[in-house]
Amino acid sequence: MWVLLILAVVIVLWVIAAYNGLISLKNQTVNAFKQIDVQLKRRHDLIPNLVNAVKGAMDFEKSTLEAVIQARNQAVKVNASGPDNVKQISQAENALSGALSRLLVTVERYPELKATSNIAQLQEELTSTENRIAFARQLYNDTATQYNTKQQQFPTTLVAGLAHAERADLWEIEDQAERAVPQVDLSRR
Amino acid sequence: MFFAWLGFGGDYVWALSSTHHPFPFLGILLTSVAVVAAWYAYKTGPEKVLWATGAHEVIDPQTDNERQLVNAVEEMAIAAGVPRPRIWVVPDDDPNAFATGHDPRDSHVAVTQGLLRICNRDELQAVIGHELGHVKNLDVRLMTTLAALVGAVLLVRDGMGRTMNFGRLSRSGRRSKDAGPLVAILLALWVISWIIAPLVTQLLAFAVSRKREYLADAMSAQFTRNPLALASALEKIESAVAPTESIKRGAAHLCIADPLGRHFTNREGFLADTFATHPPMGMRISRLKGMGYAELKKAAQPL
Repeated sequence: MWVLLILAVVIVLWVIAAYNGLISLKNQTVNAFKQIDVQLKRRHDLIPNLVNAVKGAMDFEKSTLEAVIQARNQAVKVNASGPDNVKQISQAENALSGALSRLLVTVERYPELKATSNIAQLQEELTSTENRIAFARQLYNDTATQYNTKQQQFPTTLVAGLAHAERADLWEIEDQAERAVPQVDLSRR
Repeated sequence: MFFAWLGFGGDYVWALSSTHHPFPFLGILLTSVAVVAAWYAYKTGPEKVLWATGAHEVIDPQTDNERQLVNAVEEMAIAAGVPRPRIWVVPDDDPNAFATGHDPRDSHVAVTQGLLRICNRDELQAVIGHELGHVKNLDVRLMTTLAALVGAVLLVRDGMGRTMNFGRLSRSGRRSKDAGPLVAILLALWVISWIIAPLVTQLLAFAVSRKREYLADAMSAQFTRNPLALASALEKIESAVAPTESIKRGAAHLCIADPLGRHFTNREGFLADTFATHPPMGMRISRLKGMGYAELKKAAQPL
């Protein structure tokens, strides 16, 4: 009799703990996803200032700068149209990332430019901005993976329905060009 | 707990050896003194540590180095999913870094100027990742509490020494009544635990600290996905052997590398296992490289 009662109490406590664990992970996943938005928004706000600051020093690379501005405006426009067309938004953001990385490569090509502190600052800010977005996505993917694993594993999976836990999609690269990694040859010849 | 034993145990011995003082005032007094002292040290700990190192907070970054530092910290805070800690720079030429604070919402990360000077961006980021690993694991709270405990035990023991002398004088006449061997054993045990109390807490701090360093190294690798950067940062820090002068002994277990430059930190063995605040640098670097090469191998496989 007592054994059964204790067993029942233990099971109830476990269900509560598992349920709360799932809910906590779910909210962390949602929050991590919003963090990506925050970082993308920050990038939109930052780019005009950065480009203005280096316009004078980079007269001869006007087209690269213009491409960045254009990609940025496109991304802002798509974002303003609403959060529903995720595909278009991610396309616009990827285009912006591409334009920014071209700008960084351009800066690398002129070592004398880096002596100008404005340019060094631009480089640092661009690197940091791209890193922030990458890290926000990384955190989202890590948290979502944890959440997915938890809700699929036995015995937590028994409570998953109760907590309305659904698989969270991981962030993936849509642009094939971005997926390509530089080839590294490690063989000794 | 430990304090309760130190206090109430004393009362028990006292009650056995004399007919007076059945009320455990000594235990209550000691425990409350210890709690207050520990709480005070815990509350003011981070400020004290930062003040002792002479660090200044980076609020509005001026130089390129400082800007990079602020960016690196903010990036790592995003990767770790913790709020941005307050950032401090210690005016010391030796490379080192430490984190302090109570919980992720109130944390501080400090680096020395030497670290900013010798590390590139990736390495700096990896070091910051290590420190934020401490913050996210709540190591900073544990470490601050341990530091507070060590201090409180020392403080109370010093006070106790005087009280004991006074007590012995006042009741020396009644002592012969009916002490018995049990009382003697208990008294001896109690006195011994007083003597070793600070040592025990200190050793505890060391042991906890070493385990936590490995964990924070792994967390840094998880945040940056670049364990080799931390390995090379550690190599650079190690090769700058000079002790970090502005970081005092009490804060040693908070730092990324042992600031005192003690030799046994770099060796395995009983002495190091007992007293070092950090695991041997060679072990840490080789573990990180192990993580890194696993990734390199994966990346090099034919697509």
